[in-house]
Amino acid sequence: MTELSQAAISGLLLGSIYALVAVGLTLIFGVMDIVNFAHGDFLMAAMYITFFLWLYGRLDPLVSIPLAAAGIAILGVVVYAVLIRRVLKGPVLSQIIVTFGLLVFMRGMAQVLFTANTRGIPDPLVGPVRLVFGGVVAGGAQLTAAVGAILCTALVYLLLTRTELGSAINAVAEDADAARLMGIDPNRIHMLTWAVAGASVGVAGALLMNFFPVTPEIGAGFGLVAFVVVSMGGFGSLQGAFLAGLAMGVIQDVVGLFQPAYGFAAIFALYLLIVMVRPQGFFGTR
Amino acid sequence: MTKRMWLPILAAFTLTMACGGGSGDAGTSQPSGSNLGEIKIGVLEPLSGPNASQGKDVLNGVELARDVLNGKYPEVNIPKLTVGKITLVSSDTQSNPQIAASEVDRLVRTEKVVAIVGTYQSATTLTASERAERLGIPTVCGSSSSTALTERGLKWFFRVGPSDKTFAETYFDWLKSIQAQHPVKRAVILHTNDQFGNDGAKIITEVAGKNGTTIVDDISFQGNATDFTSQVQKVRSANPDAVFTLAFTNDAILFVKTAAQLGYTPPAILAFGAGWIDPKFITALGPMANYSITRASWASQFGDKNPTAKAVAALYEKNYNQPMTENSAREFTAMITTGEAIQQAGSTDPEKIRTALRNYKQTKTIMPWKGIKFDANGQNEQSAGVIEQMVNGRYELLWPAEAATTKLTWPAPPLTGR
Repeated sequence: MTELSQAAISGLLLGSIYALVAVGLTLIFGVMDIVNFAHGDFLMAAMYITFFLWLYGRLDPLVSIPLAAAGIAILGVVVYAVLIRRVLKGPVLSQIIVTFGLLVFMRGMAQVLFTANTRGIPDPLVGPVRLVFGGVVAGGAQLTAAVGAILCTALVYLLLTRTELGSAINAVAEDADAARLMGIDPNRIHMLTWAVAGASVGVAGALLMNFFPVTPEIGAGFGLVAFVVVSMGGFGSLQGAFLAGLAMGVIQDVVGLFQPAYGFAAIFALYLLIVMVRPQGFFGTR
Repeated sequence: MTKRMWLPILAAFTLTMACGGGSGDAGTSQPSGSNLGEIKIGVLEPLSGPNASQGKDVLNGVELARDVLNGKYPEVNIPKLTVGKITLVSSDTQSNPQIAASEVDRLVRTEKVVAIVGTYQSATTLTASERAERLGIPTVCGSSSSTALTERGLKWFFRVGPSDKTFAETYFDWLKSIQAQHPVKRAVILHTNDQFGNDGAKIITEVAGKNGTTIVDDISFQGNATDFTSQVQKVRSANPDAVFTLAFTNDAILFVKTAAQLGYTPPAILAFGAGWIDPKFITALGPMANYSITRASWASQFGDKNPTAKAVAALYEKNYNQPMTENSAREFTAMITTGEAIQQAGSTDPEKIRTALRNYKQTKTIMPWKGIKFDANGQNEQSAGVIEQMVNGRYELLWPAEAATTKLTWPAPPLTGR
């Protein structure tokens, strides 16, 4: 029983990180119908920012959270301004190719600049922290990551539902032309959406760096998970992504308890099942 | 574009991601030497993708061997080639068995290489060597250890390094010598779900059975995992005396970190090299990397007894700014063997190179082996393994006992609070 509770708790902690990684992806898709294939590589960039701040500035990943968030928000804005804005009106194929090209470019650049070496932070502040309840352990790094992920997802949710900016984002997502007639500049809103999406994945990268080693390829695994989370939760749905993220973490760890080789495969099997029964995902409308 | 339209694209993308990305790189060209002129050798290693850091390490070993063979370092006591000059054409497996095989095609048909050295990972060596066999080109392998590689009856495949069977036997020879103080009755195997991991697990189980050790659980995981909780839980609940592991760098790091977070310290981690000997494993984990035990086929401490090994290791460290690892040492040896076989063949005809490899005998290597001599399956029957334990971020020798440079620490102290 302890084993099962442990797997479930660890799965929830892992799942909240999956959810946070997916938030930015679903946000961008919801607002402008673009799938950012390079999303996992934004995470990679955030992890490298956090790692180098630690290596050269001795900044703990917790301290680096706002810096990584700001860095990736800026990256998001630049990517939007330089690439995305130009292809929004272009053919569908260029929209697909451009972010895929960005993925290949970012991975290649990371390997050239940072080499393929695996880098990790051996002594983060939260490393030695452990919470134990009746034999079930929550590691400090994972716990911090989960709390940070939940807070950050909640902030993005509040931003979208409780603020004027959120209303503007929703308006542009609904109908960009109508929003323009109401005096909202869709271009500015799109740019802000990329900034918010970048910031959220930046936070995720900094939190992950507490216990995860980074390589130029790290985006492949997490990016893939993020796509499945977004499809499972419903394209563009924040609540959907959050629930799907948690579900995937728990399934991975609980199935893994019985069949360690198939924990990761199980989440993809579940995804296929859900796509068959409910193609629009948990909360998808379209 | 509607959201529905994205679904097939997303599916296609998912498939592409699973196949990996990246590109190869070109070789270097050098002026030709004497009668054979330029001798082109293909080097196939994982230069991008998850195992790129180890791939670079082994490629460095091959390049250093090329320079030694071409006479760039006369201070190293290995005779230079007089029949020609070696040119390497290096290429990237991307850790992908299909790409490894198709790169062999390209190297042989387009680049006209006369032999292939590589490919570090057993999974890619398996497919690459089969393709080379069909094309009639010898493959000389340094550091892929899966036993099955030399049990396929291939005629063109040669492995200088020990197989995991040799390594497993070395482990149990050593365990037998310490069984009074540290009996290993129950062990778990934790391994990556690929050729290296699955075959290694099979061999360990076999050898363990003969030595009275029960494998109480065989736990596998997908390479580059996002989480290790369930694997650590499985290991802990099996309550083993020791854990055999076969894992590459990222997974090795994540396993140790997750074990620390869950408050579990395996009494002894008995690793089969790979990630456990990557210098980055040590820097990413700090003191948590200490007390890991690994099998190895080379150790820098041998340098004190073998001046050639010492000179080569010093050159390696000077040129590449990191210590030589057993992986780069094995791949260095594979390249030297290939070069010397070509020298003996006096020809770049692949058939003649193969015959020279078949008859190859060498007692002077940089490895702690009796020498190199291939059996009918292409396995070097004189290779051997050693056992090491990490002390203060550096592997020290435990076995063979007469060469030991450290005393065994068993069980390992708790991971947290080191």
